[in-house]
Amino acid sequence: MSFDLENLVSDLDIRGAILYFKGNVDSEVINKALDSVEGKLLTSRENPRLRKKVYNVLVESLQNLYHHADLVPKSYHAAKPDRFGLIIMEKTGKGYRITTCNFVMALRIKELEEKLTRINSSTQEEIKELYKDILNHQEITEKGLGGLGLIDMARKTGHRLDYRFKKYDNLHSAFRISAVISNE
Amino acid sequence: MEPIIIEGTPKTPSIKFDEKDGIFEIKGRSIPENSVEFYKPLNEWLDNYMQGPLDKTVVNIRLEYFNTSSSKCILDVFKRLEAIHRSKHDVEINWFYEEDDEDMLEAGEDYDSIIKVPFKMIEIVE
Repeated sequence: MSFDLENLVSDLDIRGAILYFKGNVDSEVINKALDSVEGKLLTSRENPRLRKKVYNVLVESLQNLYHHADLVPKSYHAAKPDRFGLIIMEKTGKGYRITTCNFVMALRIKELEEKLTRINSSTQEEIKELYKDILNHQEITEKGLGGLGLIDMARKTGHRLDYRFKKYDNLHSAFRISAVISNE
Repeated sequence: MEPIIIEGTPKTPSIKFDEKDGIFEIKGRSIPENSVEFYKPLNEWLDNYMQGPLDKTVVNIRLEYFNTSSSKCILDVFKRLEAIHRSKHDVEINWFYEEDDEDMLEAGEDYDSIIKVPFKMIEIVE
């Protein structure tokens, strides 16, 4: 069986998910996903603090795909839109988990992994300082601010970001990252 | 000078910077994919305003959500306000946050620590 981005989330409950999308993550998809999740969070009467955190992390997750998903390998079996990604949002015992998957060029992996290792090994205070430092000193790029989204996700959730890479071919890997937002 | 007035949308805030009425306000959600494009007219307006600002400029920021891409653009707005403050004009930034929204309060505190302009953190109690 050929590799599908969905293989990376085979351990997650896609059918029971609050949000599931695989395809071209354009502005319209982002709008619909945000509307849908916001409606569901309001209906479920989550407390405002958790609701806001979930919404914020969802925005960053979707926009990470929008800005940073690399092009799909030519040999990939399905459609190859410019902003190809997968997002799944699940309810967990204590809150929510938001997972995204996309392709990354092999040459970007080292930098991304270094960034994530740094975030995950930092205390909340260090993450706060890192955020401020990048905010104040880094020039904005065409794609938005390099990596501030990930730092913001770690800061708002207070949890490590769980991630993994799966090699697709010598030039591309699939990348999965999860953020857990808990009601604590 | 002519005011800058931008209607809000589900992803972009309403903006009213009106020298004549003394109203300077950003309100709503700021989560567009392309924040630079959205904030460009406001920063250009401020570049002109800086040439002859009011004796006192009070800016109200009432944001419900903002994304990281907006955070830099908002900082750019504040850096212009800081320049006005440096030129011996009073500037004050009122940063509103909803009760229990510690993330929004912390975001205001981040800006307060970077920008040398008096900040007031104002809690909105529902």
